[in-house]
Amino acid sequence: MVFSTDKISDPGIDQAGLRKIHYSPSVYVISLPCSSGVKPKWIMHALENGFDGVFIAADGHECSFSSRCAEYTNKIVEVSQQLMKAKNINPKRIRMAALCSVCAEPFANHMENFGKILANLED
Amino acid sequence: MKERIGVYICHCGGNISDYVDVEELSKMFYKEDNIVVSKNVMFVCADSSQKAMIADIQEYKLDAIVVCSCSPKLHLHTFRNVAACAGLNPFNYVQVNIREQCSWPHSDHPHEATVKAAGLIRAGINRVSHSESLENIEIEVKKSALIIGAGVAGMKAAIELARSGNEVFLVEKDYFVGGHIAQKGQLFMSDQEGKDVITSLYHEIKKYPNITLFTGSTIEKVSGSLGSFHIELKVKPRYINPRVDKQTVKSVMDECPIEIDDPFNLGLVKRKVIYKNYPEALPDLPVVDAEALKVFPDFVAKYKSVLNLTEEEQIISLMAGSVLVTTGYDDYLPKEGEFGYKTLENVITLPELNRLMELNPNKLVYGGKEIKSIAFIYCVGSRQSKGENRFCSRQCCTSAIYTSLQLKKKYKDIQAYHIYRDIRTYGKQEVLYEQSSKQGDLYFKYEEKEMPVIEREGKSLIVKIKDYLTARKQLEIETDMVVLVTGMMPRKDALQISELFKIPVGSDRFFNEIHPKLKPVETVIKGVYIAGACQGPKNITESVQSSLAATSKIIALLKKGSFSADPIIARIDMDACSWCDKCAEVCDYSALKMIEMNGKMVAGVNKAMCAGCGICAPVCPENAIEIAQYTDKEIEAMIDGFLAKLEINEKEGGSDSTPKESAIRMEEYPQVWKEILAVMKDGKYTIPQIAENSKLNSELVTYHLMTMNKYGIVVPDGMDDKEMYYYYKENEDSH
Repeated sequence: MVFSTDKISDPGIDQAGLRKIHYSPSVYVISLPCSSGVKPKWIMHALENGFDGVFIAADGHECSFSSRCAEYTNKIVEVSQQLMKAKNINPKRIRMAALCSVCAEPFANHMENFGKILANLED
Repeated sequence: MKERIGVYICHCGGNISDYVDVEELSKMFYKEDNIVVSKNVMFVCADSSQKAMIADIQEYKLDAIVVCSCSPKLHLHTFRNVAACAGLNPFNYVQVNIREQCSWPHSDHPHEATVKAAGLIRAGINRVSHSESLENIEIEVKKSALIIGAGVAGMKAAIELARSGNEVFLVEKDYFVGGHIAQKGQLFMSDQEGKDVITSLYHEIKKYPNITLFTGSTIEKVSGSLGSFHIELKVKPRYINPRVDKQTVKSVMDECPIEIDDPFNLGLVKRKVIYKNYPEALPDLPVVDAEALKVFPDFVAKYKSVLNLTEEEQIISLMAGSVLVTTGYDDYLPKEGEFGYKTLENVITLPELNRLMELNPNKLVYGGKEIKSIAFIYCVGSRQSKGENRFCSRQCCTSAIYTSLQLKKKYKDIQAYHIYRDIRTYGKQEVLYEQSSKQGDLYFKYEEKEMPVIEREGKSLIVKIKDYLTARKQLEIETDMVVLVTGMMPRKDALQISELFKIPVGSDRFFNEIHPKLKPVETVIKGVYIAGACQGPKNITESVQSSLAATSKIIALLKKGSFSADPIIARIDMDACSWCDKCAEVCDYSALKMIEMNGKMVAGVNKAMCAGCGICAPVCPENAIEIAQYTDKEIEAMIDGFLAKLEINEKEGGSDSTPKESAIRMEEYPQVWKEILAVMKDGKYTIPQIAENSKLNSELVTYHLMTMNKYGIVVPDGMDDKEMYYYYKENEDSH
């Protein structure tokens, strides 16, 4: 499960498709205005209902909403990891990385690497 | 919950249906209770498909639609308009991206792509089921604009805004208008004097009674938002009686006993403390440095009818519908010792040379000696791969070369050496480079890793360089003067403006527009625009272009008198909220404020200021904040949709590509095209007309006509009377 952003990382993920760069079809994306708007509640909902992992494709320093976006998104990951620990979910099941609007290959690489990490987890 | 949903799944002419079994999907969803229409369509964006969708919404009384095709970046507004045309609230529509994020990246696994598309569509249906009807937020906009900075960009904007009948407040920090342009001397490409350009703009401004110019003024406080910004302005006094005649004022200036380094002339000469930046500076009223004159009470007493040192600064309140920031730039000031600046005599900057030329009309003299040769060193303070100014300052190459041409014209016998990294006299400015080469200027190229070194030898300066034009040969150039071609920097006080208006600043420390190509003068703060060199290095032409772009946006906004804002903003659950301040702490737009609601303190959202980013939502400990269209219900229902286990039978290679009755086979192309062209040979026709005349299925006609359009065989030619269908005709150029 991937959370992307309307203006920056989702266009990057679209680019991967446009350039026919393959990644796993088990990747599903929800695009939001800003990566700092992901609620830990949603992350838990995804993990508790069947997703193996959640990836936040963050705006990082390119965010047009806040210069502190990376810090805020990071905080969301930290809070989610606390909630995950309480429910015996491996904190490695959440991951974030900044993704730009033309980051097609980096996105596919992130999906491949994250997929490998998730496959080897035994919570 | 929505009960009459329409689902439209696009083939995209094969871009989707070659890999995803769209037929199977449309059949599968049609079985569900709340889905009234489920269709697979060749091109969902074709005008005929849009018309059919409008008819469906009306005929079947659909309360929501899901369009499954390409990325929402392409057609979100297309289908919002379709919904609106059919009388459906545009926010009861969801776009599902089954092309860029499904059929294309998973073209290697068609069955899995179909399974994924089913999950994506399921999520879209779930989301639209919870969607709410939203109305745009209408905000009243005052017909007035505040412009900060009366340089060329700000002055030009003021004139255009006033010409359209708006009230304009033009605020300048300095006591005189014009910014850097007035300092420049002659300007490249037009050969006009900078100060003449400023004088003519000033006189134009004075023709408009609806422009109020405030000089010596700074913005102290800003509140409000788009439509009605409340501005508090501090206006410093000039300490001079404006009613005294000019001759008397001039004699007092001449008699003034104190002189200081003249900042306008960059310290090259002294000036009195009763002064104008230059004799023609405007407004035509000198300024008194009151602090400096206080030590001469006799002088002040003698001219008490002219000098008014007790005058106090004023605080003025203004109301503006929109704001344009044109605060310009600072020149890069080399550090002490950088290329010998301030440590070696006769090393000066290009802006200093420009002032020196203005002050020396006949002979170029510096430090008591006539200058016969000058070496220009380019890219000083710009393009620093390891420093903080990584950007190119754009205008300095042309400015230095133009100065070199002026030197030769003005002082005849002078030799110029240009020591550059790359020459960027782009566009029409390239002719200046050619002229400079023809007049005998010499060019040498250095690289950042091997910087030129300046040393003094007797009365001359020696520039030592590794010249990349002569195989990195070590050269020594003897010269009377070294001129550092300095770049543009963000204003030192830019951060204050940024904080007052919440304008984001980029990593280069210039103000940031929303999008460099598509929204180049808009900021994320609604109603606040930026133009000129405050958003990055620009020459005068480019500054005025951006200023006029911003002006046209502001004129459109003010003319309408209201602004229709996107309703996708934060909202507060008043029962759950107990005002802890956490949301306001993270809001860069000051959109969240404490308000009283039924005797309880809660967070209130300023609808005009909220950017809809959602940063406030995850920090709320009570989960009392939601963003419209991104509610917990909608997002969690989408996640459930992705995870719904949908059973799909595996087929060889995706779908059958097209609906059975209109299956397209490659060998049919020439015949179908011939039939369509036969119908079109004597004029223009709509798709239904072609279908009727050719006896071909209309979807087949749509598919082929779109392809023929793509390859330029046919071209669109206006719409029919009912504005239902486009006419197409044969493209004569294709013969």
